Amino acid sequence: MTRSSKYLKFFAFTYLIFLYAPALLLPIFSFNSSQIIAFPLTGFTFHWFETLLHQSTLHEALRNSLIVAVSSSVLATILGILASRSATRYDFTGKQISLTFILAPLVLPEIIVGVALLIVLMQLGLSLNLWSVVLGHTLLIMPFSILIMNSAFNNLDISLEEASMDLGENQFGTFYRIILPLVFPGIMASLLIGFTLSLDEFIIAFFLTGTDTTLPVYIWAQFRFPKKLPTTMALGTLLLVTSFILLSLSEYFRRRAVNSRSSVL
Amino acid sequence: MNNLVQVQNVSKSFGEVNAVKGVSLEIDQGKFFSLLGPSGCGKTTLLRLIAGFEIPNSGKILIDNKSMDGVEPNLRPTNMVFQNYAIFPHLNVEQNVSYGLRKKNLSKAEKDEMISQVLELVGLTGLNQRSANALSGGQKQRVALARALILKPKVLLLDEPLSALDKKLREQMQLELRHLQRAVGITFILVTHDQEEALTMSDKVAVMFDGEVEQVDSPRKLYERPASQRVASFIGDMNFINEKALETKDGLKVKSKILGDIFIPKNQVSGKLSNNKIIIGIRPEMISIITKNSDSKGLISGKITDISYFGVTTYYKIECGSNAKALSVSAQNSFGQMDYKIGETVKLKMDVNSLVGFLD
Ligand SMILES: Nc1ncnc2c1ncn2[C@@H]1O[C@H](COP(=O)(O)OP(=O)(O)OP(=O)(O)O)[C@@H](O)[C@H]1O
Ligand SMILES: [Mg+2]
Repeated sequence: MTRSSKYLKFFAFTYLIFLYAPALLLPIFSFNSSQIIAFPLTGFTFHWFETLLHQSTLHEALRNSLIVAVSSSVLATILGILASRSATRYDFTGKQISLTFILAPLVLPEIIVGVALLIVLMQLGLSLNLWSVVLGHTLLIMPFSILIMNSAFNNLDISLEEASMDLGENQFGTFYRIILPLVFPGIMASLLIGFTLSLDEFIIAFFLTGTDTTLPVYIWAQFRFPKKLPTTMALGTLLLVTSFILLSLSEYFRRRAVNSRSSVL
Repeated sequence: MNNLVQVQNVSKSFGEVNAVKGVSLEIDQGKFFSLLGPSGCGKTTLLRLIAGFEIPNSGKILIDNKSMDGVEPNLRPTNMVFQNYAIFPHLNVEQNVSYGLRKKNLSKAEKDEMISQVLELVGLTGLNQRSANALSGGQKQRVALARALILKPKVLLLDEPLSALDKKLREQMQLELRHLQRAVGITFILVTHDQEEALTMSDKVAVMFDGEVEQVDSPRKLYERPASQRVASFIGDMNFINEKALETKDGLKVKSKILGDIFIPKNQVSGKLSNNKIIIGIRPEMISIITKNSDSKGLISGKITDISYFGVTTYYKIECGSNAKALSVSAQNSFGQMDYKIGETVKLKMDVNSLVGFLD
C-alpha cells in the first residue's frame, strides 16, 4: 500500500466518524431513562418512545410529512421520467441548458431556494400550505429523479422499442409493455430517494409551510421544551432508521436498474 | 405482377451523409433476396426504410402494390429480425414469441397452437418458459425468428442475423434459414456483408456500394458475369488484365500478350468501348496448370512466384511475361494433383468462355 492511499484511508475513516458519530448519540439517549442529555447513562427505557404515541400534534405533523413526501416524490418522478425520456431519445436545441437548470438545485443552497420560492409565492398572492411545500420539494428532488431515470433510460436498447413497434404495438403499448417494466427499478429508486429526501427536509419546509407543519419543522419546534428532548431523540431515532432503510432499498433498485442491461447479447 | 416489394428511386440522407442514393429494386413474392455490400454502404438503412423505421427523403416504397408512404412500422406487413435480436429481456420465450399476438382476436387455445407450431418450426419446442436471459446466441436468434414468423408477415426482414454466431453455428443456421424460407414461403430480405452467405442462401442478390445498387442478379450470374470490377472483386477473387480491344459486330477482338488472340462475345462484356481499352477478368479457378511435359501449343507459359495452401485448394501466383501483374490461379487439391514449387515454369490453360470484359 502506498503512503498516500494510507492517508486517504485514514482521512475517509475519520470523516465517516465525525459524520455519523453524532447521529449514533441519538439512539443512545433515546433509550436512556434520564431526562437530561448527558453521560453517564442512567438506565434503559422505552418510555420516550411510548410518549410518541400520545402526541396528537406529532401525528398531525407525521401525516403532513407523509402527504408531502408521497406527493412530491411521485410528482418529481413523473417529471423525471418525461425529462430523461426526451433527453435520452430526442435531440433538440437547448437540451443541455435546460438539463443544467433542472439540475441546479443540487448545488444551490436550500435556504436560497426556500427564500426565493417564498417571495415568488407571496408575490403571486398564494397562501402557504402543504402544497407550497410539495412544490418546493419537487424542485429539490427533480435532479435526483432525473439522474436516476437518465441512467435507466440510457440502458434501454432502442431496438427493443423498435422490435415492439415492428411486432404491431403502437407507441403507447410499447411504453406500457416494454419501456415501463424495464425502467421500473429506476422508478422505484427515484420514488424512494425522493420520499426520503422530502421526509427529512427542513429548510424549504420551514419557509413554505403555513400552519401545517411537517415532521422536521415539528422537531425543530420541540427544542424549545428541554423536557421533551428525550422524546424528540426517540422520534429522531425512528426517522434515522426509516431513512436508512428507504435509502438502502432505493440503492438496491438503482443497482438493479443499472445491472439489467437490456441488450442481452 | 408478383413484385411484392417495389423500391422506386428511394433516397435517404442523415445530415451530410447520403446513406441511400436513388435505389430501385423489385423483389418477387416468395423469394430469398439478399442485400450485399461492404460496411457502411447503406444496407441497414435500406432495410429500415422498408420496415418503416426510416422515412425516405424521396422515392416510394410499395409492398403488395400498396404505397407505404406514412404507414407506421406497426401497420406494415413486414417483420424484422434485428441484428442484436432485441429479445425482450423481461419476458420468457413464450411471452416473447406471442408478443405480437395480443392485438389479434384469437382464443387462448388458438394462440397456444400457433406458439407450439412456430416453436417447433424453429426448433425450440419445450423451451416456452425459459427466461430470455438464459438463452444462448443461437436460441435468441430462433426466438427472434419465431416472434416474427408467428405473425405471418408478407416480408421478413433480417439484418445480419447470423453475424453474432460462431462459424459452425452460422453455417448451420444458413441452411436452416434457407429451408425455413422454402417451408413458409414468405419473402425474405436478408442484409449481409458476407458474400458467401449471400451466394449460398439467396435466389437473388443486390450488390450495393456507397448507397447505390450496382447489380441485381442470381448468385450464379453475379459470380460468372459481374457487371463491374467492384462487384467482381467483392464477390470472390478475379484477375484483371489491361488490354486493347477492337469492336466487331458481335463481340470484341483482343490481341493479348498474355492470353494470345481471343474473342469475347458481347454478352460477356459490360460498359462501352472508348480508346480501345478493355479490362479482362478471369476467376483464378478458371485457369488451370497443365503438367510440364504436355503439348505446349496454344498454352501460356509462366513462372510460379508464390504458393499458399488452403486445404481444399492451393493458390498460386504465376508471372506471365516480365512486366505483367502475376495471375492468381487456384487448383483443387484432388487425388493425383501435381506438386509444384516456387520458381518452376508451368503451362497455363484458361477457359475462354468464362472471360468477362469491363469497358469504361
Ligand atoms: N441514424 C443515423 N444517423 C446518422 N448517420 C447514419 C444513421 N444511420 C446510418 N448512418 C450512416 O449512413 C451510412 C449507411 O449506414 P448503414 O447502417 O445503412 O450501413 P450498412 O451497410 O448497414 O453497414 P454495416 O455493414 O456496417 O452495418 C453510414 O455512413 C452511416 O454512418
Ligand atoms: Mg448494417
